[in-house]
Amino acid sequence: MTEINAKGLRFKELNEKIRAAVAKGEKEITVKGVNGQYYIGDGLRGTATIALDGVPGNDLAAFMDGPTIVISGNAQDNIGNTMNSGRVVVKGSAGDVLGYGMRGGRIHVLGDVGYRVGIHMKGLKKQSPTIVVGGKAGDFFGEYMAGGVLILLGLNEKDGATLAGDYLGTGMHGGAIYIRGAVDKGFCGAEVGITEPDAEDLATIKEAVGEFCKDFGLKPEEVMKKPFKKLYPASLRPYGNLYAY
Amino acid sequence: MFKSLAPPEYLATIDTVKCIRCKRCILNCGWGVYSWGGDKVLIATSKCVKCLRCYHYCPEEAIQIHDNPTRFKANACWGYNNIRNIKRQAESGGIPLTGMGSDLPYPILFDNLLIDACQVTNPSIDPLREPMELRTYLGKKPSSVSFVDDKDGHVRLKEKMPPQIKLSMPVMFSPMSFGSISLNAQKVLAIAAKECGIVMNTGEGGLHEDLFPYRENIIVQVASGRFGVNPDYLNAGVAVEIKIGQGAKPGIGGHLPGEKIPLEVARARMIPVGTDALSPAPQHDIYSIEDLRQLIYAIKEATNYKPVSVKIAAVHNVAAIASGIVRAGADIVYLDGFRGGTGAAPTIIRDHLGIPIEHAIAAVDDRLRQEGIRNEASIIAAGGIRSSADAAKAIALGADAVAIATTALITMGCTVCGKCYTGNCSWGITTQRPELTARLDPEVYAERLINLVHAWEHELKEILGALGINAIESLRGNRERLRGVGLDTQTLDILGVKPAGR
Amino acid sequence: MNHNYQKDISGCGLTGLINKKRRRVSGSEIVKSLCLMNDRGNGLGAGYAAYGIYPDMADFYAFHVMYDDPGMRHEVEDHLRGNYHVEKTEEIPTAPVKAIHISPLLMRYFVRPLKERLAGGIGSDDYVVNTVMRINSESGGAFVFSSGKNMGTFKGVGNPADIARFFRIEEYEGYIWTAHTRFPTNTPGWWGGAHPFALLDWSIVHNGEISSYGINKRYLEMYGYKLTLLTDTEAAAYMLDLLIRRHGITVKTACQALAAPFWKRIDAMPEAEKEALTALRQTYGSALLNGPFSILFGHAKGLVGINDRIKLRPLVAATHGAFTYMASEESAIREICPKPDKVWSPRAGEPVIAELE
Repeated sequence: MTEINAKGLRFKELNEKIRAAVAKGEKEITVKGVNGQYYIGDGLRGTATIALDGVPGNDLAAFMDGPTIVISGNAQDNIGNTMNSGRVVVKGSAGDVLGYGMRGGRIHVLGDVGYRVGIHMKGLKKQSPTIVVGGKAGDFFGEYMAGGVLILLGLNEKDGATLAGDYLGTGMHGGAIYIRGAVDKGFCGAEVGITEPDAEDLATIKEAVGEFCKDFGLKPEEVMKKPFKKLYPASLRPYGNLYAY
Repeated sequence: MFKSLAPPEYLATIDTVKCIRCKRCILNCGWGVYSWGGDKVLIATSKCVKCLRCYHYCPEEAIQIHDNPTRFKANACWGYNNIRNIKRQAESGGIPLTGMGSDLPYPILFDNLLIDACQVTNPSIDPLREPMELRTYLGKKPSSVSFVDDKDGHVRLKEKMPPQIKLSMPVMFSPMSFGSISLNAQKVLAIAAKECGIVMNTGEGGLHEDLFPYRENIIVQVASGRFGVNPDYLNAGVAVEIKIGQGAKPGIGGHLPGEKIPLEVARARMIPVGTDALSPAPQHDIYSIEDLRQLIYAIKEATNYKPVSVKIAAVHNVAAIASGIVRAGADIVYLDGFRGGTGAAPTIIRDHLGIPIEHAIAAVDDRLRQEGIRNEASIIAAGGIRSSADAAKAIALGADAVAIATTALITMGCTVCGKCYTGNCSWGITTQRPELTARLDPEVYAERLINLVHAWEHELKEILGALGINAIESLRGNRERLRGVGLDTQTLDILGVKPAGR
Repeated sequence: MNHNYQKDISGCGLTGLINKKRRRVSGSEIVKSLCLMNDRGNGLGAGYAAYGIYPDMADFYAFHVMYDDPGMRHEVEDHLRGNYHVEKTEEIPTAPVKAIHISPLLMRYFVRPLKERLAGGIGSDDYVVNTVMRINSESGGAFVFSSGKNMGTFKGVGNPADIARFFRIEEYEGYIWTAHTRFPTNTPGWWGGAHPFALLDWSIVHNGEISSYGINKRYLEMYGYKLTLLTDTEAAAYMLDLLIRRHGITVKTACQALAAPFWKRIDAMPEAEKEALTALRQTYGSALLNGPFSILFGHAKGLVGINDRIKLRPLVAATHGAFTYMASEESAIREICPKPDKVWSPRAGEPVIAELE
């Protein structure tokens, strides 16, 4: 176990220290006194677990490929930008544009997330990114979604509360969004279909919720008690008729 | 079915006397113009795009493709294409798409610029027999360097230079993605780039494993769709390019039609087969200049500080934007003029948004010099570079290098028919249909592209020789050696060029 | 940045000498050497630069100023008095010469920037450069043609012998001399256009037309230089000032930027040197003087001769005891040093560096 004190360090110095620890084969890294340093864990590979104490800066875990980053409090914007694999756990809330173009791995946020979360996520059969949000989300949740799984839980919301903002899943052409609660068609993008999850969907949700609950000491059975709605791309080619050939 | 009121653009004709019924035209046409009618070839001329594949493969010269002589009544205001587009829109309710660069007759300033030559007071240089250097390094340069003398009296560098991309000549291939063009077309670019000591650019479609051997000659691109972007990809080339915009379609996103997304393209992009691949209009992690800085440094952190290029479309305020990009930490600013090509863009956008590359180079180079930061980034100019003369003029205006795409595709058989967005390219370039892409043998066509690059290399050397300089850096930004003909005072002022005769 | 200028083009001959032991020699020597090459000029410009000529005033910048418009004198002198301690003001001594009917008013000031003017941390050399740039680019009618310490340039429109007589060159004694005879192709005679061109201690005489002038000019403008004369010589002078004085590069390395070795040569060098010279070319590509040139440049510590990298202009060097000579033609050296110890033609781009002991 390595402990790094980030107080007063610029992002470049801090990242160099983290990289050096990972290169040495360190599996448990704790970083104290983090406040605003950008790019923590960018492009980082391996299987280390990095615990951050404080509020890390933007673009955390961008292009990350393997490690686990646990944030004790809130996180800022652009977390998990184009992340390839690994895990990001946020015990507080996170900002805008979380998981942009994400290609794999998991992001778990216990609290709320901002605007444009999970946009343009990708997915191949084996490699499917998953974002699970414990609270609520802002507008454009899952915009341009091309693959992967987005789950919105609204753990502390009353029944019937709207969990996502406007333009939900706008431009969606792949992947699936699962929402534990009501979905108002009027807030969905035109490209989105709404349905009840089938058995396969429920298995996917259960697996993802199980992983989520592990990180925060929650009981998956409790979470699964409430019903989910599934949002799916109504068409593979939502703009097929937009153009004159 | 209601017959379209938009008349066919071309008339494909076959001389039935000459025709030997070999059916090669049927086989070669990717558009389905020809079919077999039992005793002769039938022609569906409305499908013809005049790509001339059939003409080229007809052994008897029996095929002629004419521009349809039947036109709407001539009208100086309501041009043929105005009327035709309205009719097409009335029928489809859609946005007419197009491919390649704008074909409207906007002025091309390269054609109003002439290059100097030496007579008497300074000598021209014989480029075939005397040294002539085109080597170009792209990347951030310090404003000064410090040296120490070692004990043998040799100079040594005190501090390492920022990373540079070495080009054997100031020409590179513009970004074209796997998806917009075929893998074979990308291979042609890769083979030629390696052979010529220059670079190609993946565009936004990921990097196919077949291109791994060419990594020393590849720039990888990160655009708003983030297709194929992972840590391996970011580190796979000599630099990473962030694409903000494209000259042919400034301010709008990319749209690769589902026709061009078979399994292999889908896999590279991690999206479903047959869906339209959407690149959002903005990069959603860049809504402001400080966000660009954030992405530039996120990429630098993830690549141990490889050079980062930022590609923008040339728009009205390009100088200030470029200055911001340089200050945000970019090593290269890639300017794409509005005549630049595209695989698919709404015609209305392509033909009416942006500014020409000539103005953009001049404005950006001037601004960076005024601010004393010209050394901080290299400038790449693209968007309608048709010849080595265009390249030389762009460099004299201030570019470090030019990028070519349409030119490279023409060596592969392209005739600039402008129908790249359909995925039917009969030359196997802008299509993913296996029976069409198989026509483009990478080795064979790479040779043609290599020939072109070498020809331009010789021409550039001839131009430098006539100018009496033997290194490309003495042409770069040397506007003293350009003169304008037929340009108004203000344009000359913007270009920083004197009129001929002065 | 004004692009709408007409560049000044000229051919010429040049000569220079240095005594490394600082033994001062009369200007008559260099005049003799230059006059031998009369055929290289056309009588429309000649000039001389000498180092060590103002030993009693060695702590002061010696401003040589020509006034085409004598009315400008008060303005310039007001400016100098307001910003400099002016130790001495005098007319530059001249002699009547039949062929020179008309000349500008020629003044000489020995000055030092006032301490309070340097309070912002600007060095006195930079302060002087700013003054020179300002007067030369803004005043119109006044031109500072020499601004170094213990050195001076003397130049004008005329043939080498007449200009020498006019400025009474034989009366000065210096340990470095350079001289130049000019063959302008297009400019009406303007005294400021003659060589040497000088800024601070730099003085340059130059033969040939630099084909890369356009980018050299724009590169220098980025660093605040104002190229008012539109001559290659001025560009070369500022380039040396930028590289050597401001960027702290040695004379030898600066010469390798101005006349860079070919990539082929650099690629074949040992790794460390290759890296250094690659960086030099990458960084100073716009400083490369491309096209035909041979240049002599004097500075406070020595004399350097260099020609372009494919030898399109001539340069001959010779040594004799403590003297080093450099000229366009060997005969110009032999005229004043009949039996040199060694005579050679430097290779293209290879500088001849002679430094004072």
